[in-house]
Amino acid sequence: MRVEEHPILGPLPKTETVWIEVDGKKIPARAGEPIAAALLAAGIRVFRTTHRRGEPRGPFCAVGRCTDCVMTVDGVPNVRTCVTPVREGMKIETQRGLGRWPELK
Amino acid sequence: MAGAEVTEVAVVGGGPAGLSAALAARQAGAKVIVVDENAAPGGQLRKQIHKFFGSKEHHAGRRGFRIAEELVAACREQGVELWTDTLAYGIFDHTLGIVRGGTASTLAARSIVLATGASENALAFPGCTLPGVMGAGAAQTFINLHRVLPGRRALIVGAGNVGLIITYQLLQAGAEVLGVVEAAPRIGGYAVHAAKIRRAGVPIYTRHTVLNAAGHGELEEVTIAALDENGWPIAGSERTFAIDLLCLAVGLTPLTELAWQAGCLFEYCGPLGGHVPLHSEDMETTVPGLFVAGDMAGVEEASTALEEGRLAGLAAAAYAGYRSPNLEEEKAAARERLQALRSGPFGEGRYLAHEEIVRRWLKWRDAR
Repeated sequence: MRVEEHPILGPLPKTETVWIEVDGKKIPARAGEPIAAALLAAGIRVFRTTHRRGEPRGPFCAVGRCTDCVMTVDGVPNVRTCVTPVREGMKIETQRGLGRWPELK
Repeated sequence: MAGAEVTEVAVVGGGPAGLSAALAARQAGAKVIVVDENAAPGGQLRKQIHKFFGSKEHHAGRRGFRIAEELVAACREQGVELWTDTLAYGIFDHTLGIVRGGTASTLAARSIVLATGASENALAFPGCTLPGVMGAGAAQTFINLHRVLPGRRALIVGAGNVGLIITYQLLQAGAEVLGVVEAAPRIGGYAVHAAKIRRAGVPIYTRHTVLNAAGHGELEEVTIAALDENGWPIAGSERTFAIDLLCLAVGLTPLTELAWQAGCLFEYCGPLGGHVPLHSEDMETTVPGLFVAGDMAGVEEASTALEEGRLAGLAAAAYAGYRSPNLEEEKAAARERLQALRSGPFGEGRYLAHEEIVRRWLKWRDAR
């Protein structure tokens, strides 16, 4: 959910909308914001599942330290979504376990 | 690897400590580069929207993000180079290994100030890894910086200042906060913050703890219980809340990796959040020319980080050959302000802890 109105910060500043794809579904994002913010705003809370037990994980620290929010972005696994800005057309996937690296050619 | 860069003073971390250090070193005449892995400088001040306390020279009555904006503007005006999107991954003598905009290179300096901050502590209980359980600072980042509410119904763990402030900020952003859970018998934060959230009708459960969190795939409910005088949960006192956000405000740990790698001597210091590098009154570590400031030198507040940064910046510039004309007076004034910030029931423990760290540093120096 977006914080549209804020008593101290005022109304949500207007920014350009970029579209990203999460597990094949298109969602809007505010230009320049981290992937994690766009996902939470869209109500997506499970970012990955763990290697051994397949347990769900989402953001914990939001400042790039804990790596609980890593996802596969444009084919590259283990990208910290809380500190990686969105880009138009970015393809984001819920990461299963340690993720899969793209095939080396 | 791109070309190696050289400067006189390098600062790692563009939060209050790092920017303050950079400004002081620059004003003393040194060429200064600040590296910060984030997209914008300002550190955690950028998400602080409450007003600071204290006296005028400690920015009382001003909001953190405004202080960050002014510091950044002052740095730019004075000619400090601010390298954002630049990660310092290692330190090799007086050279930093960096990745700037995705490209690896190095930055060599005569002196280096580490101002890398701290990270939030976690708390272990069944269900603590469920999505929806996060650091209080993380929730603050999402709300105040990215304007996203990470949950609609929340419970907070920890009634220190961070826990009390996030409670109020969640309310400001439109969330419902069902309570603040605190294991200690009394509230740890300032009475002003506690009064504010009580007026808003949020109960503070002192002498309570989280028993477990549960949910299908993500957080749905949390059970808390009262504690007896030995700290054990009292059977029958359990209470369950249907929530989608649990914020943990249970302290911070200094981010000291670079100081460890550089070979600094450390001391474990509970009141300062964990292992902190020994440092002098000038914030110099046991590695000559390597200085520390802010939360990484012992977890405190933004106001103390600004003063420690100033001390470190002045000393780092002097080490690099730029002695400020009023160096001793300026350092004495910063120390006096620091002491004022470390007084009273909230500050005295930190004052004594820092004194001890400096004593250990002196002992190390005298034994050389």
